[in-house]
This record gives sequence, C-alpha cells and structure tokens, in this order.
Amino acid sequence: MRGYFVGAGLAIAVATMATSAMTTRALAQSEIKIGEINSYSLLPAFTEPYRKGWQLAVEEINAAGGINGKKLVVISKDDGGKPADAQTAANELVSSENVAMLTGTFLSNIGLAVSDFANQKKVFFLAAEPLTDAITWSKGNRYTFRLRPSNYMQAAMLVEEAAKLPAKRWATIAPNYEYGQSAVAVFKKLMSEKRPDIQWVDEQWPPQGKIDAGPVIQAVAAANPEAILNVTFGADLVKLVREGNTRGLFKGRTVVSFLTGEPEYLDPLKDETPEGWIVTGYPWYSIKTPEHDAFLKAYQAKYNDYPRLGSIVGYQTIKAAAAILAKAGSSDPEKLIAAAEGISMPSPFGEITFRKIDHQSTLGAFTGKTALKDGKGIMVDTAYRKGSDYLPSDAEIEKLRPKD
Amino acid sequence: MAFYVVQFLTGLASAASLFLVASGLSIIFGVTRIVNFAHGAFYMLGAYVAFTLTERFSGAFGFWGGIVIAALVVAAIGVLVEMVLLRRIYHSPELFQLLATFGLTLMVEDLVVLIWGPDDLVGRRAPGFKGAIDFFGQNIPSYDLFLIVLGPVVLGVLWLLFQRTRWGVLVRAATQDRDMVAALGVNQKWLFTSVFALGVFLAALGGALQIPRDAVNHAMDLRVIVEVFVVVVIGGLGSIIGAFVAAVLVSELNAFGILIFPKISIILVFLVMAVVLIVRPWGLFGKPEAPARRTPGLTVNPWRPLTMNERLAAIAALVVAAALPFVAGNYVLTVGSEIAIFVIFAVSLHFLMSVGGLASFGHAAYFGLGAYGVALLAKMAGLPMIACLLLGPLLGLVGAAVFGFFAVQLSGVYFAMLTLAFAQIVWSIAFQWVSVTGGDNGILGVWPEKWAASPSHFYWLSLGIAALAVAILRIIVFSPFGFALRATRDSPLRSEAVGINGKRIQWTAFVIAGTVAGLAGALFAYLKGSVFPDNMGISLSVDALVMVLLGGVETVSGAVVGAIVYKALNIWLVSQTDLSKLVLGGFVVLIVVAFPKGIVGTLEALMHRRRKSSSAASPLLTSRIETAE
Amino acid sequence: MSMVPTLLSVEGLTKSYGGVHAVRGVSFELRAGEILALIGPNGAGKSTCFDMLNGQNIPDSGRIRVLGADTTGKKPRVIWRMGVGRTFQIAATFPTMTVRENVQVALVSHGGQLFNLWASTARQARDEAGRLLDLVGMGAYAERPCGELAYGDVKRLELAIALANQPKLLLMDEPTAGMAPRERVELMRLTARIAREQSIGVLFTEHDMDVVFEHADRILVLNRGTLIAEGSPKEVRGNAQVRAIYLGEGLLYDARHREGAPA
Repeated sequence: MRGYFVGAGLAIAVATMATSAMTTRALAQSEIKIGEINSYSLLPAFTEPYRKGWQLAVEEINAAGGINGKKLVVISKDDGGKPADAQTAANELVSSENVAMLTGTFLSNIGLAVSDFANQKKVFFLAAEPLTDAITWSKGNRYTFRLRPSNYMQAAMLVEEAAKLPAKRWATIAPNYEYGQSAVAVFKKLMSEKRPDIQWVDEQWPPQGKIDAGPVIQAVAAANPEAILNVTFGADLVKLVREGNTRGLFKGRTVVSFLTGEPEYLDPLKDETPEGWIVTGYPWYSIKTPEHDAFLKAYQAKYNDYPRLGSIVGYQTIKAAAAILAKAGSSDPEKLIAAAEGISMPSPFGEITFRKIDHQSTLGAFTGKTALKDGKGIMVDTAYRKGSDYLPSDAEIEKLRPKD
Repeated sequence: MAFYVVQFLTGLASAASLFLVASGLSIIFGVTRIVNFAHGAFYMLGAYVAFTLTERFSGAFGFWGGIVIAALVVAAIGVLVEMVLLRRIYHSPELFQLLATFGLTLMVEDLVVLIWGPDDLVGRRAPGFKGAIDFFGQNIPSYDLFLIVLGPVVLGVLWLLFQRTRWGVLVRAATQDRDMVAALGVNQKWLFTSVFALGVFLAALGGALQIPRDAVNHAMDLRVIVEVFVVVVIGGLGSIIGAFVAAVLVSELNAFGILIFPKISIILVFLVMAVVLIVRPWGLFGKPEAPARRTPGLTVNPWRPLTMNERLAAIAALVVAAALPFVAGNYVLTVGSEIAIFVIFAVSLHFLMSVGGLASFGHAAYFGLGAYGVALLAKMAGLPMIACLLLGPLLGLVGAAVFGFFAVQLSGVYFAMLTLAFAQIVWSIAFQWVSVTGGDNGILGVWPEKWAASPSHFYWLSLGIAALAVAILRIIVFSPFGFALRATRDSPLRSEAVGINGKRIQWTAFVIAGTVAGLAGALFAYLKGSVFPDNMGISLSVDALVMVLLGGVETVSGAVVGAIVYKALNIWLVSQTDLSKLVLGGFVVLIVVAFPKGIVGTLEALMHRRRKSSSAASPLLTSRIETAE
Repeated sequence: MSMVPTLLSVEGLTKSYGGVHAVRGVSFELRAGEILALIGPNGAGKSTCFDMLNGQNIPDSGRIRVLGADTTGKKPRVIWRMGVGRTFQIAATFPTMTVRENVQVALVSHGGQLFNLWASTARQARDEAGRLLDLVGMGAYAERPCGELAYGDVKRLELAIALANQPKLLLMDEPTAGMAPRERVELMRLTARIAREQSIGVLFTEHDMDVVFEHADRILVLNRGTLIAEGSPKEVRGNAQVRAIYLGEGLLYDARHREGAPA
C-alpha cells in the first residue's frame, strides 16, 4: 500500500526531471553553461548585489560576442545556506544541466562542500566568496580555484597597519564559528610575529547572528585592552557598534576590524559608524582607476544603485570563468585547470592572476579607516593592497597544501 | 565591584527583551495548547513594522507611538491568523498547530524580504534614551535601564490583568482546564482569539523594542524563537512568573558565563534547559500536566498488517522504483537516493512519534551522530565502507541510549524540548570540537567505495536499505513489543496495570528510532561525501517532523509518503525558485488545513468511509453508541 | 474457614497528606473466592486505600501481603505480576486496538514476550484471548475496534484484560460506575460467577448499594480513614454507626439512587 506511493512519487519525480533534462540538452550546442550556487534565500543582503554583479558580467560578455562565439548562460541555484543542499544543487547543475563549471558560494563550509564535490566528480569549481584558508590550502584540491582574498590575506593586510599601533594589550571579538576562529588565529599569529611584545588580554566568542552585545562589551571593557580586533559582521556588528558607542567601549581604543569597510556592513551603521577603525573594505566612491570607473558606470547605469563588494565578486567571478573558458577552448575539466593555472586577466581592481601553486587569485582588498561624512559611514585613507603581496612563501604553501 | 553590578544590570536588560516575547508564547500555550512556532515571526514583523513607522513619524511621540502601533498592527495580523488558520485546526492531532505555524514562519521570512528588501535595517535610537549613565566609572545605556524597568512593569500589568479582571480569571481557568471553561458557557472562540492577540502583541512589542539596539533583518525570527521556547520551558509552560525568572536566569548565566567561558553562549540555554528538565520535569514554575486527553481526531481504526494483495502492490512499487536507473539520469538517481535516505529518517521518527507517542524535536541528533560515526570511522580509522555503514549508526544508538534514558522520563512538550536540548548539545559539540569534527567546516571526503560510487548503485543501496528499514519497523509495529509500545501510548495507566514497564519500552523504542536515524545519517554522509554540524541541526529535526505529520501521524507508515512528497518538493522548489520558503510554507499550511490527517491518513479515511457506506451501518452498533452517551 | 488460604492481608495501612490522615490503621483480610466490598462516604479514604493496594500510592506505614508475599510500595506492574488483576473506575483500555488485541497485549505481557521484536502479535495467544472474551461475553466483538465499543462493553473488555494473568486477586474500583442499570447487574453477576468458578478473591469499592448488598460476601465500611464496621451485608445494614454516616446521603435506603457518569 505505502510502497505503492514510494513508486508513484519517484515515478513522478523521474518524469518531470527527465523531460526538463531533455529540453535543455537540445540547446546545449550553441551555448556554454556555467552553474552558479549561492545562499540567496539565507543571505539576501549580500547575495543580491552579488547576483547583480554577475548578471552585469554575463550581459557584457554576450554583448561582446560570448565565449569563442558561444553564448554564455549562467544557471543559478539557491543553497539555502545548507552544505547538503548546495551539493544537491551542484549535482543537478553538473548531471542534468551539463554545466562546464561550477562557481559561487558564500559561506566557507558550503564552499568546502562544493569543492569536495568538485574534487570527487572531477568538475572545475571557481569559489567566489568563501574566505576560509582551507579551501586553497589544507583542504585544497586541483579542481578548486578561489577569487576573493582569503582570511589569511585580509589578516595580513590588517596586521601591517595594526603592528604600527602603540597598543600592547589586545582583545578580540569574533563570531563563534570557523571564519571567526581562523581570522582571530591568523591575526594573532601574524601580529605576534611582528610584535612579540603584545598581550592578548581577552577574547569573546558570541554565537554568529546571536550576539548579546551588552555583556560582551562589558566583558571586553573589563579586561581594559588598548586595542580590539573585531571579526563580527552584519546584524551582530550593528549591535556591537551601537552598544559599544553607548557604553564608550571604543573611546580611546583603536579597533581593527575585518570586512567592516565593505558597503554591505558599513552602510547600515549610518550616522552611528564609529570613526577611526582600521578596516578592510570596498570604498567604491574613492577608487579612481579606469578599470573601476568603467565597471562603476556600467553598474550604475544598469541598476541605478551603487555597487557593494558582492557586486565586484559576482562580476569578477563570471568574468574570470569566461576568461578561463575562452582560454581553454573546451569544457574539459583538465583543460580548464590548465588554462586557469597562472591565467591573468583584468578586473575592476586591476590585473589579477590565478596562482598555479594554490589556485588563489591575487585579487586584493582595500584597507583604510572608517569615517563619517554626511551622516554616512565611509572609508578614508584608503589603499589598495594587492593580494600577491600578502601571501606566504611558496615553501610554506607547499607544506600546507596536500599533493594532488 | 561596579563592574559586576553593571554586568548584572546588562543581563537584566537582555532578560527583559526575552521575557516580553516569552511571556506571550507562554500565555498562548497555556490557554490554547498551541506551540506557536510563528511567535518569532510575529516578533520579527513587530520590528519591521516598527521600523517603518518610526522612520515615517518623527519625534519622541512618533517613535514611541510607532512602537505601540506596530505591536497593535501585528496583533491584528495575529487575530487574522488565529481566525482564518488556527481555528480550523484546534481539533487536529497534536502538533499540527506547530506544523501550521512553522509553515507560516517560512512564508513570513520570504515576505519580509519581498516587502522591506534584503538589507539589514538600522532604526532610530529611542528619543530620551540615547546615552548612557555613569555608574562608578562604568557606562550603563539608559535604554537598558528603560528595559530593566519595563520587564517587571509588563509582568505586573499581566499579573493584574490575570488576577483582577474577569477575562483574566477566565484565561487562568482555561489554562487549568479548557473543557471546564467551555462548560461555563464562555465563548471559547473569542477567549482563544483574545489570548492569541495578547500573546502576539507581546511578541511584536518585544521585536519593536529591539529597534534601537538591533538591526532589523529577516533572520530575527529564528534567532529568537528557539531561545524563547527554551525560556518558556525552563520557566514552566503557561507560567508567566516562570518565564520572567527563566529569562533572568538565562540572561544572567550568559552575562557572567562569558567571563569564564567566552564560547558558552552558543549552548548555554540548552544546558540550563536540560538540567532543569531532568531535575524538575515541568520547569521551575510549571505544574505537572494532567494526562493528555485523547485527541478527538484520533483514529479508531486499529492498525493491521498489509494484506497479501497490498503486500504484492508494495513489492511491485518497489520493483518499479528499483527500475529507475534504467530510465533516469544521474541527477534524478542522486535525488532518488536522497529521498530514500529521508524515507529512512522519517520512518524512524514516525516510529517514535506515531507508535510510541513521543514527538521528538531533536531527532536529527541521531541522524547526525550516524553521519559523524561514518565520517570518523572512514577518515580516522580508515575502515571499509561496509564496516562504516554497519558501525557508524552505532554512534546514533549510543547517543539515543544515553539521551533517551532521560527523555522518556518526560512526555508531551517537555519530552520534545528535552530532546531538542540534547540535539543542540550534540550539535554544539560537533560545532566546537574542531580538532575532531572539523567544526562547522565539517569532515570532507567521505565518498563511497567503487562498488557503490555510481549513482545507480548508490540508489539501489539506499532504496534497498530504505525498503528494509520500512519493513523491519513495520514488523516491529506488529510485534509484541510494538503492541506494548502502543499500549503505553494509548493508556499509561492500563499498560502499567498489565505489567508493562512503559519507560523501558519507550526507551527501547527511542534507541531503535535513534539507530535507524543513524543508519540514514550514515548513508547521507556517503551520499554527500561530507558531514557538517548542519546534519544534526534544528531545521533537519523540523523537516523530519513535517514529513511525519504530512504523511499522517495516525498511520502505520505514512511517513514514507510524507518524506517522498516533502523532500521531492523541497529539492524541486529550492532548485526552481529563491522563494522556496514562501511556496513551501504555503503548501504546508494548505496541507494542514485541507488534510489534517496528513496525506496517507486522509486517503485511509476516504477508503474507510467508502467501505463503511457500502456495508450499511449495523443497527446494533448505533444503539450501542447511544448507550455509551 | 481456615482451610481457605488468605489471599490478601492488610495490616495497619496508614497514609496522610500534610497532616490530614486519609487512611489510618486499616487492617483486613480477604480469602480466596470471597467477594469483599469496600464502602464509605465520599472522602472516607476508599480511593487512597485502593491505590495503595494496587501500587499507585505508597503507604506511610503498614503492610500489604498477597498470598504471603509483601507487595507494600511495589509498582503496579510488579503487583500485577504477583497475580493481582485490576479494573479502573473509568475503564482503561487501549482505544486504538481491536478488542482481541487489547486482551492479547495483556496475555503477551503475562507470557513475558514484551521485548519480542519479531513475532507477529496477531498469532500470539489468539485462542486464549478468544476464550477470555467468550468468558465475559465479548467473543462476538473480538475484531471490533475498541474505540467503537459502548461503555458497558468496554467495562467487560477491561474485565477480560484483568483476567489475563490468571489472577488470584481482583481489585475493582467502582466497577459499575457510569453504566446503565441493567448492565450493572450483568457485569457483577459475571464477576461473581468467574470469581466463584476460578476461586478468585475480589475486592471492590462501590457507590451503588444495590450492587454492594447483592454481590458482596462481606463489607468493609470506611469513614474518615478508619474502618468503622466489617461484616456480612446483613450485619452492616444493621450497624447503627453505618446508618448514622449514611443517613445524610440516604444511600442505604434509596436503592434507586444513581451515581452520575464519571466526569
């Protein structure tokens, strides 16, 4: 009786999926398909600008004649923030949509899940946003490349500035999961190398998305640090800043903060933006390079909105994917890997290269200080830091990365 | 010293916010017995509406007026929900209201993004409460002081409302005995509606008051709902004082806990809840629940094993399913495997819920333990796949044996909450113990061996194990043990009086269900090639509940159909639309209202009715029913 | 008389709640084949007394022996295994099972098969269940869902369940409560017949004095937690103290008085 339903259910599933697979196959000759996965429903604040970015890239590529004459099609899937769902999506993209490569992902664990899938199924994967160092190093594999500057790179950029500070007593506040943990660990390691004299006087690990800001700030203040490293972002950051401003935590203390200069995280703070924080970010309003101007103009023309960092990532991910596909002239994963290793290409931040040694791109980030202007938070004293300058030596990477 | 005082006050401020929301949930549960999953959604709506209003209207009056109006607006939405949706399902089997409100929550999460956009919204500071007050060199935000005062004020107002008004007396009476109030000739419908409105008002007020401290965003609901559940359970369901004390307890433990263990927040509330429930099974201020009345909708059609024809049909269906690899591609087969795995998972929970009468809110723990068991055995011990598949689920067995022992001492909502607490504890171990479990980055590279690697082979493996699991659980249902388990569920009094040790029977059932869930998890690890703390998260537990309720909680193995429909729909929707939560939530609500017996339960009822009408009702039976009344 | 073994012996049973003595020093004996009624006005301590006998309540002091074995403070399921069957004031059965299955569960439990995960229950003790159902006149309803039964039939089914462990002693809490008059007589006649045939001792509480005086061999009268009278129906009826207690309630004389159905 129930068994009957099992069969019926599966049969219906089969029928619908089989038909959709057939219709798509017919079109496959004249186009190249890229599969894209991201946490659209879980993290719309970050993935919406990202989506706009890659849609702009697709438009530009096809307007310029596509990839080796074939039209570029991006098939985008939502993973709902769950690694298992991301794998289901990856599988659908590869098995039934026959995409040439996978791209995307935001969260580190999802990036790793898809990277492992890519390795197992021998599919090319270009990770867009995940920051974890593991994806290119300890859990790196030959099928996976990554665009964004990693945790390590961003930490190294911040350490360069932080080490110049006189502060000797440091406290850390970071979300209690892998991203926060590894950001703190790398920052501490690099910092202690440069400044053996500093002390780590307190660390706070609020759960991601659930910070109880008051007690956390009290606890940090009680340790009386001279400087604070912050890794929280999003709604947690808002709470931290508001509560910290009210309680005077940031008075007379320097704060070094990951990602806070990105419009995604800075803009919501509005007139409550704390001043003088040393941050990484994306000051789209003050970048004056021809590459970025072109991007900015196109983006604003299409969306009537300013870009966030996600827009850059989305845009460059698809641009990079297209460049790799064009150079490989094939969708064979081995040829794609060969094409991608060492490939250089323009980006809104200038030329970038996907390194052969660890498949990390040399896309950099901006550092600067937060400031208030017209009731809005901005970055000032900004400087672009090339990714290639903030990576460990090849010998160290050889040790970190498993052999293929 | 000043520091500790300030830390204490800070904890009190957190407690006040928590209490507002928790008291609403507690009041609603006390009277309507609805576990209102949508409470977090109302909290979030309160914040969104208040954001819009306080941005629109300037000045102090605009701000505070906006907060109150927002709470009222959301309370009106609550009334609408109660009248349109909940009224239809008060008499559905237990937990169906939970399912409906869960569906509602899913919908609201997508709706707020559609209405207010995806960005985090940061609202105004409260006029008059922008600064801080100096306390021996420590700053206390004046808004915190406002909240600290507000908490007890709300508590006092509620107390007066319940002690001094006729309405309050009725509500208290209804909390103690619903039927009695009905007998008093009170309009129960409106009593329920007004109680629901009050509860929602408090939730929305709690949300609206977050505006000066928080960023309004579409994940606020889930952030708060679980914590609020926990607070209500620690305090004792239906007790407002309890909610207040529990909110203070939890907040203060957190405020001081992080001074010693900075990573404690993630798990603290669940640890407290587990300890409280083990020591005081009805919460700090709760009273032992009267034994649950039989749910009116409960079927009177006794279960029976499949007839020979039905068995043949089941086998035929299995054969059809097994033929899938000859017509379908790799993606469909992998989805098929995933569905088969979720069939195993769902039937294991169904066994516990339907046969054992124990609705677990933390069943994913054992699924996840099975998955981690496999991953650890495969990656650390390097065991072959067969050995891992056989041994991995044993971790689920061990977990179920340990946690089940404590959990089966409780029943009803308290059982559900203790299982939830255990699941969260297991989850946080997987999440925190980075050196062994890899933390949230999980364990990668757990791929099947060559013989099972191809999608078709893995599909056959999953399908075979699923068929076996369903068959074995069915055999157990009709075994003496299964009868003893049902007997314990049907009448604890009578089963004890015929020599059945109900707790031991239920414990055994818990272990069986946990082991089978572990088996599903083990397969899942190989299907995905990796395990993550996600695999034991709340959302997976809720998914399993939905599958069981969807299939029909009064059926022998409706969960099979529930799992297939829900999982297939879920995968399809996630693949097709970014608004999958909206559609899925709507579907769940629709099912609950239209088919409260679940899919299989509804079909069975239809068939039963047809059989009945074909053989005219015996006059003897009718007369007997009359005498019974 | 001394030839008949003592089934149940109760000595000095005492229970108090917060200083209020619910039951004080109650002692009595029950012999095989004897039908003993425990009566008393509301609040006399009948239920407390009864619950201590069947294990749902633990006495403060005193001793309960069944066939010489101490059952004081034991759990109901343990007492059941010592050969004590029982019925409840509001019949407790398994509503989602058939009538036959209800009895089968008890039989399977008696046979020590509860943790058998594999066998088919349908084939376990099927005939035995049928015999018990025939005994209580429910044989024709064996395949009916228990939830559809009229209340009188549920009571008879409960009796069959209570007999499944071949009890030596049957404890019946208000066996006829909530039943139609004709059914009351039938049920008690049935009980009495079975008790005599199988030499089972029966202890029951009852509000309906017709039932008590018609079926009890001996009556215990409880008032404010103590036994105030004990003897044959005739003796009890003639007891001045008992008359005094019941005068207000008029129960001894108003044979037509009926308890309302239990809530």
